[in-house]
Amino acid sequence: MEPFKTITALAAPLDRVNVDTDQIIPKQFLKRIERSGYGEFLFFDWRRIQEGPNAGSPDPSFVLNEPRYAGAKILIAGKNFGCGSSREHAAWALSDFGFRAVIAPTFADIFFSNAGKNGIVLIKLSEEDVALLLDRAAQTPNYELTVSLENQTVTDTQGFHATFEIDPFRKFCLTEGLDDIGLTLRHAAALDTFEKQHDQANWLKPKFSEASV
Amino acid sequence: MSNQPKTLFEKVWNQHVVVSPQGEPTLIYIDLQLLHEVTSPQAFEGLRLTGRTVRRPDRCIATIDHNVPTVLAERFNIVDQIAAKQIATLRANCKEFGIQLFDIGSREQGIVHVIGPEMGITKPGMTIVCGDSHTSTHGAFGALAFGIGTSEVEHVLATQTLPQSKPQTFRIAVEGELPKGVTAKDIVLAIIGKIGTDGATGCVIEFAGSAIRALSMEGRMTICNMSIEAGARAGMIAPDETTFAYLKGRRYSPQGAEWDAAVAAWSQLPSDPDAKFDRELVIDATTLVPYVSWGTSPGMVAPITASVPNPADTPNESDRRAFERALEYMDLKAGTPLDEIQIDRVFIGSCTNSRIEDLRAAAAIAKGHHVSTHVSAMVVPGSQAVKDQAEVEGLDLIFKAAGFDWREPGCSMCLGMNPDILTPGERCASTSNRNFEGRQGRGGRTHLVSPEMAAAAAITGHFTDVRNWAEISQTAEVN
Ligand code: SF4
Repeated sequence: MEPFKTITALAAPLDRVNVDTDQIIPKQFLKRIERSGYGEFLFFDWRRIQEGPNAGSPDPSFVLNEPRYAGAKILIAGKNFGCGSSREHAAWALSDFGFRAVIAPTFADIFFSNAGKNGIVLIKLSEEDVALLLDRAAQTPNYELTVSLENQTVTDTQGFHATFEIDPFRKFCLTEGLDDIGLTLRHAAALDTFEKQHDQANWLKPKFSEASV
Repeated sequence: MSNQPKTLFEKVWNQHVVVSPQGEPTLIYIDLQLLHEVTSPQAFEGLRLTGRTVRRPDRCIATIDHNVPTVLAERFNIVDQIAAKQIATLRANCKEFGIQLFDIGSREQGIVHVIGPEMGITKPGMTIVCGDSHTSTHGAFGALAFGIGTSEVEHVLATQTLPQSKPQTFRIAVEGELPKGVTAKDIVLAIIGKIGTDGATGCVIEFAGSAIRALSMEGRMTICNMSIEAGARAGMIAPDETTFAYLKGRRYSPQGAEWDAAVAAWSQLPSDPDAKFDRELVIDATTLVPYVSWGTSPGMVAPITASVPNPADTPNESDRRAFERALEYMDLKAGTPLDEIQIDRVFIGSCTNSRIEDLRAAAAIAKGHHVSTHVSAMVVPGSQAVKDQAEVEGLDLIFKAAGFDWREPGCSMCLGMNPDILTPGERCASTSNRNFEGRQGRGGRTHLVSPEMAAAAAITGHFTDVRNWAEISQTAEVN
C-alpha cells in the first residue's frame, strides 16, 4: 500500500448523494479474478450514454468525462458515499482510476474500511464545507486541493481551510502504508492462547457434529 | 464492570475479544467465514503471494451463488467464460486450502445466507463474516454477523480475526400485533423509510419488541438482512424458543447433552433488562401497512395506499435533487397512486425473501390465478433445500400453473450477475433488497416489496394491496 502524507491535486466534484457501490463499479466487472485494472470501469454506467443512437459512447456531461478533470486525484461527493454492497472492487476502481482521497459529509461503513485498506483517505467535512468545495471545483478552472493527512487539514489557494477527524491508528496505517495482516500477527501468541480456550465453546462451532466425532 | 447490565451485542463482542491494544482497534475472533465466488478470488491470491495459508479451514464454508445460472441446462455448461472462470477459481481454492464447498448440483447449494442457517451452521452467539453486505441476515439468530471487503476476507482467512472498532448500539423495538397482510419485509422497509439509508451508520441494531418476537426465523432473517440498507454494521435479534426450535435437529446443530449445554449458553445471550443502548426507537406495529419502494434507494418507500411523493415537499436541497433524479430514472410522476403503477416483471427470490415461508406466502396468493398477460414472473428458491421442500409441498405446481417460471437456486436477478436481468426500461416488482439504478440490469426499474405483494402484482399486472386480496382476487381485474 502506498503511504499517504500530503498531496496537492486536482479535485473533481461529484454532486450526488448516496452514491452506491453498484454505481461506482457495476456488477458485470465483479466477475474478474484480478485485483487491478478496474479504473476504466469506474462509474461505468454514468460515464456512458444510456439510450438513443449514441448509446454506449462517453457521455460528455458526466463530470469525470470532462477533460478539465482529467488526472484528478481528489473526489468531492455528497453524503453517504459508498453505500450498498461490500464489494472492495469499488475501492480498487477509485484507486486504479487515480483517486487518493474522497471528501464527503458521510461515508458508509464497509466502504470506509475497504478504502483505508487501499490507501484511499476518506475525509468527512461538514455539509456546508462540502457544498462550498463542490461549488469551487465546478466553477474554478484547475481547482486544486491540498490534503495533509499528517496535519489532518484540507486547504485551497482561495483561503479554504478545514480540519478533519481521523482515528489515530487508521492515520498511522495510512501514513506508513502498513499491511493489516502483518499488524495482527504481532498478536500471534495472544491469538493462540485465546483460540485454544475459545475452541472449548462447542456451541460456537460452525460444524458441530463433524467437529465432535 | 462485569455486573453491569449488557446488551446482546456486548455479550457476543466480549466473548470474542482476542486483544484490545491501547489506541488500536480491538482484535475480534471470527467463528465462521462464509465464502462465495465473487469476493474471494483476490483474497486467496493474496495469501499465495504472501506465502500465508488458511488458519482454520474448519471455520470456513463456501458455496456458489452469485454467478450461477438458474436454468438447469445452463448450470453445468456456463456460457459466460469470465463467470465460469471465477467459479472454477473458487473450486480450486477450496481444494487447495481444504475448505468445504457446497457446489452447484449438490443438495446443499444455495445463496450463502440461506444455506448457513438451514444447515444449522449459523448459531446464536457466533461471530460470522462474509464478503457480502447481507451477512447481517445471520444476526436473526443472535449472532454478530457482518459483511466485509476482500482485504478483510484475506485477513480472516489468514488469522481468523478482524481488527474492529466497537460500534454503537441501537435498539429498535417493534411493538404490537402486525396487521394481516403486513410482513417482516414491510417492517424493515418502514424502518428504513423512517430512519434513512444512513440512519444506523456505525451501529449494530438490536430488533426487539413483541412484533419481532412473534416472527418466525424466516421473518427475522428478512429483517436482519436489510439492516445494511439502513447503513447498520449488523442487525441482531435475541435468541429464544423460536430460534432453538428452528435449530434443533439440523445437520450441524449440537445433539444430545451438547444440545442442552448449547441452549443453556445461548439462553444467557439476550440483553439484560436494564442494558443501555446508545440509541432507541419504538415502532408501533399496528400502524404498519404493505410498502412499495418508488425510488432508487431503499429509503424511498411509501405505503401501497399512497401516491408517488412530490420532490417539492423535501426541504433539503441535495435530497430534493436525488429525489428528482430518482423519479426521472424510475419514469414516475409525483402524485401517481402506487397501485396504478403497471409492471413488466416479477422476481421472487434473493437472500431477503426466498425461504420456504416466503414461497408458501407467495404461492397462497398465486393459487388458482394466472400471471397477467403483460407480466413475466419468476420464482427463484434461495437454496436447493428450499426448492426440494417446495416441491414436496407442491408449491412449484401452483406457481407453474399460475404462469410463473420455476427456477434453480441462486442470487439470480437480485443483482443480475448471471443471465437473469431486466432490460432497459423494464419495471419489476422484486422481493430483493436493493433498488439502486441498474441493480437488476442496466436501465431496469426495481420496486421492493414483500413476496405476497410481488405475487399479487404479478397477477393483477400492477401493485395491489394484498390486505384486500380476498375481495380483489374475486373480481374481473384478475385475469
Ligand atoms: S441474493 Fe442478492 S443480496 Fe443476497 S447475497 Fe445474493 S446478490 Fe447479495
